[in-house]
Amino acid sequence: MTGSGPVIATRALVKHFGPVRAVDGIDLTVRRGEIYGFLGANGSGKTTTVRLLLGLVLATSGEIELFGRAMPRSAGDVLHRVGALVEGPAAYGHLSGTTNLMLLDASARLPAGPGSGGRGRAARRARVSEAMDVVGLGAVGRRRVSAYSLGMRQRLGIAAALLRQPELLVLDEPTNGLDPQGIREVRQLLVELNRTGTTILLSSHLLAEVEQLCTRIGLLDRGRLVLQDEVATLRAPTGRTLVVTPDADAAHALLDGRVATRAGDRLLVETTDAAALNARLVAAGIRVVELGPERRTLEEVVAARTRERQAGEVAR
Amino acid sequence: MIRVELVKLLRRRRTWIAVGLLNLLPTIVAVLLAVTGIAPRPGQGPAFLAAVQANGSLFAIAALAIVLPLFLPVAVAVVAGESVAGEAQAGTLRYLLIRPVGRTRLLVAKLVAASVFVLLSVLTVVVVGFVVGRLALGNAPISQAMISVSGTVLTPGQIAWRTVVAIAFVTFSMLGVAAMALFLSTVTDSPQTASLGAMALLIGSSLLLTVDAARPLQPYLPTRYWLSFVDLYRDPVLLSSIERGVGLQAIYVVVLLGAGWANFATKDVTS
Repeated sequence: MTGSGPVIATRALVKHFGPVRAVDGIDLTVRRGEIYGFLGANGSGKTTTVRLLLGLVLATSGEIELFGRAMPRSAGDVLHRVGALVEGPAAYGHLSGTTNLMLLDASARLPAGPGSGGRGRAARRARVSEAMDVVGLGAVGRRRVSAYSLGMRQRLGIAAALLRQPELLVLDEPTNGLDPQGIREVRQLLVELNRTGTTILLSSHLLAEVEQLCTRIGLLDRGRLVLQDEVATLRAPTGRTLVVTPDADAAHALLDGRVATRAGDRLLVETTDAAALNARLVAAGIRVVELGPERRTLEEVVAARTRERQAGEVAR
Repeated sequence: MIRVELVKLLRRRRTWIAVGLLNLLPTIVAVLLAVTGIAPRPGQGPAFLAAVQANGSLFAIAALAIVLPLFLPVAVAVVAGESVAGEAQAGTLRYLLIRPVGRTRLLVAKLVAASVFVLLSVLTVVVVGFVVGRLALGNAPISQAMISVSGTVLTPGQIAWRTVVAIAFVTFSMLGVAAMALFLSTVTDSPQTASLGAMALLIGSSLLLTVDAARPLQPYLPTRYWLSFVDLYRDPVLLSSIERGVGLQAIYVVVLLGAGWANFATKDVTS
């Protein structure tokens, strides 16, 4: 263990692919025990960053540390503490799900020591069958992967990431291809894993999912980290109160000068004291349908911080 | 990791289909020879085919000479070309590397698996050739002596050790093909491209061997000494070509594997 420093830390990380700056000076910090939501549009550099973290792609400049150890130099020492799902699952179609995991587990030796779960064949078998059960594939473990559905493959990919009970999970779109129940199951699984101490980096475009799960987010736009903050801070009350009323005109007249915006029967009022505002409206005989402090959704936060794509600009 | 690669190789149906097809051609030749009784005249057609009518055991060596120019290198190029590019195409390469399997280690394991495939192919061709020859062709007693390519008599013991050396030589020659395909396999993410690239090199080399104007180049072409294993059946053994063949293949293997390693160790894996 390397103390309580950040699990992932990058400094001025840059990656060029030819003339393209796919990653342009990123300082990413993921702390122990977090569920970190990694957001960004297609082509914003999320996957490249994840590949850089895992040593698959080599940085043009900048530094990466996992568990306080420099990557990719220490890859052999730290990557066994990491489980990852990068750009979709992959497996050998002609082999069964269980055999795939057995081979994957056997392909790299675990370091000796407590918590490693043992190196023997029996330990491996137990590990694999546990991982298959956790993702709900226990019953189809012996079936060839080529006969798996998209959702089953996704589950197999998650099982592969969980195989060694990693301290850090790096998951790229983990709920891709899953049905609503599957999505719920994965979400519960992640919450449960996080509760038992697993740090999770979750990259996703599903803002609602990130909003529900993550404690902190990092937002990428065109290779730059434009935002990195606690979800609670980002979604904190904005200092305005939302009022929905059928008597919008009367309310507007009553609160003249303090109404920030008005759209139909929805007013945004410059006050943090929702209770006093409510009392005042009711005292004036104005009917109130809804009233409460305004919070921005993650979608609004993201939209405010990223530049809109130009027509024809899919990715850089 | 090496064990894992071997399991992957041996559990693939394609491996066994390749080995089966590799043995099909010599078997067809043996059956045709047996049915028609028309053997090529000495000095024509594939090596040793003239002698097998009299002694079916020799078909083991003839079978090797039949598959060596094309079939064997194709099979080797397919398997070795697939090794890294196949993992890249299937997406499993990234999961192996983050397990983590060191890149050098992965390459070594792939090389060992490809070598095992080469040895497996060569050995089955020899064994199947021997059995088919015994069954379909002249069933002279195994102990019967053989007339060497030079016209003298070789005892079965002499034939046996020369055949072992021949197997080793052919296997080593095929490692050159494997190294080429493996190198290309680290360059491209398409296994077909890697296999066909290696094949193109071999076909080019074979072609240049038939062009007189290319004579200055010929001693350096990878396929130049492949069929020199026939020299092992001369009496006394003519070693010069064998030695040159081994030396040349060694250079190809070292250079190509070095290039493959240098490329793969610093490559961005974006598959």
